[in-house]
Amino acid sequence: MIYIYSFLFAGIVCLIGQIILDNTKLLPGHITSLFVIIGAALDTFAIYDFFVDTFGAGALVCITSFGHLLIHGALAKAASDGLLGLFTGMFSLTATGITATIIFAFIFTLIFKPRD
Amino acid sequence: MVNIMERKEYQKLIEKHKPKENKLKNATIAFLIGGLVGVIGQGLVDFYQSFENISRNEAVSLMMVTLIFLSCLFTAIGFFDNWVSKAGAGLFVPITGFAHATTSSAIDYKREGFVMGIGSNIFKLSGSVILYGVIAAYIFGIVRFVFFGG
Repeated sequence: MIYIYSFLFAGIVCLIGQIILDNTKLLPGHITSLFVIIGAALDTFAIYDFFVDTFGAGALVCITSFGHLLIHGALAKAASDGLLGLFTGMFSLTATGITATIIFAFIFTLIFKPRD
Repeated sequence: MVNIMERKEYQKLIEKHKPKENKLKNATIAFLIGGLVGVIGQGLVDFYQSFENISRNEAVSLMMVTLIFLSCLFTAIGFFDNWVSKAGAGLFVPITGFAHATTSSAIDYKREGFVMGIGSNIFKLSGSVILYGVIAAYIFGIVRFVFFGG
């Protein structure tokens, strides 16, 4: 059942992205930035946590979850350290994704040749 | 006056010859491919969780690392660009898009050297996601913290 929910959630988020792409002049960069902001906004009131609990990995693979993880880590630290926690905790949960992206992107850039 | 007329005519001509994008087909493909990425993610989480000493949070992190690894690799090999242009939002909205944007800008600027090429351009496309994510999270975090007490 969680697989169906994952499929539907990730599919619908991508569908919204595609509809925005086809019907406006926004580029993929605009859409992903917008989705990250939406993810952060939704998590401000713990709505995105509900999505993750209900829809499983479908909610985690979308770029919206990047915003959710940013604010989630920041708020978790802020709860214990005060406002300084917003600075110390901002990347605590997204570190995996950013670090993995930097490392793999760099290694494969060294190995493979640029295309024409 | 003539200029404006010409411009209007030209616009009409452009509209006539512009290839019609099939929006319904694009949307269906994006929905199916995006859903498929979600299912693969869930499958990976369940797979990693089936090992005894891996918690759910670790399984989620491993799932993300796996997806990022694969899309960086496929982008570097070269065929992922083709997939992304066909699948549209189905591949650039999931985390695969972030990895793809980063790797493709790093590879595109490889010729210009390590620092001025790869170093200054690796986040050329995906940097805005990090920038606006952090700004939004900071503003919303302050709002939540000040008005709702954390």
